Amino acid sequence: MATVPTVAPERAPAPDTVPTQADMSAAIARRHRELAALGDSAPATAVDFAPYRSSLLRHPTKNPRLADPEAVELHSPAFGEHDVAGVEADLTAHHTGEPQGERMTVTGTLMDGRGRPLRSQLVEVWQANASGRYVHQRDRHAAPLDPHFTGAGRIITDDQGRYSFTTIKPGAYPWRNHANAWRPAHIHFSVFGRAFLQRLVTQMYFPGDPMFPLDPIYNSIHRQADRDRLVAAYDHDANVPEFSIAYRFDIVVDGPDATWFERDGEPA
Amino acid sequence: MSASDVSLAPTPHQTVGPFFAFGLEYPDMHQVAHPHSDGAITLSGRLLDGAGAPVPDGVIEIFSATAGGEIPRERGSLRRDGLRFTGFGRAFTDDDGRYLFWTTEPAPTAAGGAAFFAVGVFARGLSARLATRIYVPGDADALASDPLLASLDQDEAATLTAVRTAEGHLVHDIRLQGERETVFLVF
Repeated sequence: MATVPTVAPERAPAPDTVPTQADMSAAIARRHRELAALGDSAPATAVDFAPYRSSLLRHPTKNPRLADPEAVELHSPAFGEHDVAGVEADLTAHHTGEPQGERMTVTGTLMDGRGRPLRSQLVEVWQANASGRYVHQRDRHAAPLDPHFTGAGRIITDDQGRYSFTTIKPGAYPWRNHANAWRPAHIHFSVFGRAFLQRLVTQMYFPGDPMFPLDPIYNSIHRQADRDRLVAAYDHDANVPEFSIAYRFDIVVDGPDATWFERDGEPA
Repeated sequence: MSASDVSLAPTPHQTVGPFFAFGLEYPDMHQVAHPHSDGAITLSGRLLDGAGAPVPDGVIEIFSATAGGEIPRERGSLRRDGLRFTGFGRAFTDDDGRYLFWTTEPAPTAAGGAAFFAVGVFARGLSARLATRIYVPGDADALASDPLLASLDQDEAATLTAVRTAEGHLVHDIRLQGERETVFLVF
């Protein structure tokens, strides 16, 4: 009779066959060299990035096809202030008490590739609490939940394309990609541009994190200059004295929208 | 130099990760059209990995024209009132990899064109959003003359075209990898 495991597989101790950090770091370096050899044709983020082990069966193996965008792809769902309540921009205000952690504000401008601000666009954010625990039934990290923190927020950008939200700094957390694998602290961002093609989901990191070189997800972006674009800047002058520290994270979405074609005199 | 002459490097994509549900979920997000409204149909299918196994932690988003072929400009995708058609929907895949939308069938936005849903795919393990289309079946001439479909072989085109059930609903699986891998797009 087979032995019945006493812990769920995702909590079981790592068997000897699980790759070490040294294995992973070598695999990251190898893949970065391969991607660099492709030059400009390599996309900023590689979906085919084996060190991120969950990607193995989940990335397309064929090259994406180049298509001419059509009208519906060059426009985007319209959002307005009434889509989001103001309190959704304060992740510390959803409960009866104050969450544990380092209180901070994150501000930035959402732009297109021409530097034009994207007004009235939806920004969604979600993150772990200060201990590195997510409010999610599948998060088994043995760190405490915070009864005063959920960690999800929404903002509609203002007339200058700016967003701002108040939260606490998330903690790093372990995951089971390889032995002793930890994610650098990050906040998930989901943003809409002026075109459905410009849709972007990404992660914002904090300056100087020592886990950067170790993390397969952060390193699925093979160029250092591109990775740097995901690191927020500490913005001392924007601190609210005696209250919170500030980070700035500007976001640039990629790809055309209907106005690019109108400007060039082509039909959208 | 005016702002429109600036060329800024884009912010790169990262995976949506495993714990997106509490950040991205909102009421009736998959109900682009109210299920009891005129012309409401379902668009559903499965998100599958390279082994043919369901992807239970994926997000499918659609944006499509109205039944009259107009680009929706209505606000309110996050505050569904059951009346306005915003064209945008979001669905999480379930334990069987299944997604489901209530919507109306889009019409072509240009005469003689082929109607389709613009689609975005996100998942744990997927490092960047994938863009694809789900074409509405039926108008053989429009589908045959569509520039994208015409550039694909028959099997590839089939990965972009929904199947209509006897009840008039649309069914379409998205395969991230392997045999019958869905055709994904860059623009």
